[in-house]
Amino acid sequence: MAQAPVLPAGFELPLEPRLPRIGSVDQVALEARATDLSRRSIKREAKLFALELAVRMMDLTTLEGADTPGKVAALAAKAIRPDPADSSVPSVATVCVYPNLVQTAADRVRGSGVKVAAVATAFPSGQSPTDLKVAEARRVVELGADEVDMVIDRGAFLAGRYAKVYDEIVQVKEAVGEAPLKVILETGELGTYDNVRRASLLAIAAGADFIKTSTGKLPLAATPPVTLVMLEAIRDVFEETGRRVGMKPAGGIRSAKQAVQTLVLVHETLGLDWLTPDLFRFGASSLLNDVLMQIRKQKTGSYQSPDYFTID
Amino acid sequence: MGELEQRGERTPAPTAWEYASAPESRELVTLERQYGLFIGGQLVEPRSGKYYDTIEPANEKPLARIAEAGPEDVGLAVGAARAAFENGWSAASPAERAKYLFRIARILQERSREFAVLESLNGGKPIRESRDVDLPLAAAHFFYYAGWADKLDYAFPNRRPRPLGVAGQIIPWNFPLLMLAWKLAPALAAGNTVVLKPAETTPLSALLFCDVLRQAELPPGVVNIVTGDGATGAALVEAEGVDKIAFTGSTEVGKAIQRQLAGTGKKLTLELGGKAANIIFDDAALDQAVEGIVNGIYFNQGHVCCAGSRLLVQESIYEPLIEKLKRRLATLRVGDPLDKNTDVGAINSRQQLEKIEQLVAAGQEEGAEIYQPPCRLPEQGYWFAPTVFTNVAQSYRIAQEEIFGPVLSVLTFRTPAEALEKANNTPYGLSAGVWTEKGSRILWLAERLRAGVIWANTYNRFDPVSPFGGYKESGFGREGGRHGLEPYLEFEGAEEIGG
Repeated sequence: MAQAPVLPAGFELPLEPRLPRIGSVDQVALEARATDLSRRSIKREAKLFALELAVRMMDLTTLEGADTPGKVAALAAKAIRPDPADSSVPSVATVCVYPNLVQTAADRVRGSGVKVAAVATAFPSGQSPTDLKVAEARRVVELGADEVDMVIDRGAFLAGRYAKVYDEIVQVKEAVGEAPLKVILETGELGTYDNVRRASLLAIAAGADFIKTSTGKLPLAATPPVTLVMLEAIRDVFEETGRRVGMKPAGGIRSAKQAVQTLVLVHETLGLDWLTPDLFRFGASSLLNDVLMQIRKQKTGSYQSPDYFTID
Repeated sequence: MGELEQRGERTPAPTAWEYASAPESRELVTLERQYGLFIGGQLVEPRSGKYYDTIEPANEKPLARIAEAGPEDVGLAVGAARAAFENGWSAASPAERAKYLFRIARILQERSREFAVLESLNGGKPIRESRDVDLPLAAAHFFYYAGWADKLDYAFPNRRPRPLGVAGQIIPWNFPLLMLAWKLAPALAAGNTVVLKPAETTPLSALLFCDVLRQAELPPGVVNIVTGDGATGAALVEAEGVDKIAFTGSTEVGKAIQRQLAGTGKKLTLELGGKAANIIFDDAALDQAVEGIVNGIYFNQGHVCCAGSRLLVQESIYEPLIEKLKRRLATLRVGDPLDKNTDVGAINSRQQLEKIEQLVAAGQEEGAEIYQPPCRLPEQGYWFAPTVFTNVAQSYRIAQEEIFGPVLSVLTFRTPAEALEKANNTPYGLSAGVWTEKGSRILWLAERLRAGVIWANTYNRFDPVSPFGGYKESGFGREGGRHGLEPYLEFEGAEEIGG
């Protein structure tokens, strides 16, 4: 049996109230606040600002078993120049792909400013031995990934083996080196907002540069209350330590309206400082076209047929 | 610092994201130039011959001219109510009364946008609140009491309930239409007829409501509405032929009414002021508690009798909680009540603004520390920035008196027993809030707090099913729920049934 380490002489328990406290989350009040914020009415120039920001913050994603070099090439072209008819629409942040497609993606976006993000660590389940996950993370960086999206071991988390979850993140962080690490909590499997908050703080403590809601493989993904609870954890860490951690909701954000509402959540929880792709991303595949359509509506005053926007 | 920042590739964050104004259309409401009194199913000119202007508190501009009912007008209204009571309403089948109440509820739902705009125009409250709170709740109250109208015998088994007669009802300016609904719905469901006096500064939604009554084809005289100031209210309290007075408003006026009615045999219920404690324990969900604090005191500019105006914070979390609260305050949007993004609207009247300013000055004089977030207040109209006082002692006026504005007084406590003692140490007893993850502590406090409504891990939540009312100087009698019917009924013959 493992034994608790003996406390060194002169050791003192920290008596100051420690923040970020793990604390707790009240479900009813949290959901009410998220609903309230979703009723903000964002119009005209304020809306256009949010839509263009959403494009710049997007991790344009394809994570299918059926992904091919051709599919990824098309996505990369879209990422660089989302709206061929309007050159003022900015490029997205990254294309996000499986490890096998990292090289293709990297070749296609080279020199454009668009980065490549790769999922790793036995995405989406995370149910693999730690050494394989660490090796996979190291490998995707070698293959040319600029950023890495890892998943936590939800089985270990739900079994209360927090140290295992923590250690794994630490090891992956070390393996990816300079590349920003996004840690996917897969909140749809965590069951409670309290767990989402705990997992957020755990991932941040272990070195996550971003915390990310979901793999996109579950129906329950980046809901507004889940996003809010994670933003509040990020805020507590910032207030306590000054460290700025990024946020990435992924999965379930399909309309421009949802994207704008999510940015309102960020704005009113963390303030303007987080309204940059350095600290906020959307993980999405179908969102981009709706955002493009709304941008054109804002600029021209009328909606255009979906046929004018490429399906990639 | 994140990795990206270290690599010096930061994309600068924007310096501003101003939400474009998103005003609800005032064209949704058509106002008359002048309104009479609603007596016997008609809007009639006042015998007093007097009118006054009702204004828009957000810009001080007049909206319409309103009749000022004198004693003679009030007497006519009471006479019309009496006649309607005798000639059919009290004898109508209970299901028939329910039918009208259901109609009113549905019409209010259908016309809710129009009423929401009017409520914000005349009262100054944000459209977000009149749209999402006042209107849905007002309709819900009519629906709820419509359901009771033909079930009174089941509500009070073996007590043979019967209506009182004519109810005189005087309502405040903070929730004009909602208070109208709270008063009218149970009175009508119980079979009474009514003379209602809206607040002097906010008569318009009640006057538009007359059109709802016309649409619902409510028999003439069942509801009469007389507008005017305190003198009109006093005339209604005194009027011959009134069987019951229901008053919501200040403790001062409530006491005067009680003195006036002593020995007259008229029944009375009072819903008066409050100075509620909102108690935050160190194990509470802090971010949500902050939302509860904000909702408790800045909802409706703090013009709420059950507002959580005294914040009691456990000392061990005082600093982080106050930091969070101040940061949250900076995100409150103060301004145009009709803008859908406004969180805090205009103060209802100049008189109320002066009262708030006076008490806030007293707080500063007494030595409390004031905090107001930076916000631009419009030049015209009545405005007051959301305010927090820290370093408040229990003996300060701002900890004792009802301010009825967006002003929070923060006190600390060390133990549950101390929290309880401080919470109860007030002449009022309308409401209280408790924030803790510990269920047993909630129950312990709920048994001991001398307050009519106690919220746990939430605040300012209302439902027609839940009774509402005060202890001590916050009044007596309950509104809402089955309890809310009782003040509008008398019961016969408990002894006959073997009691």
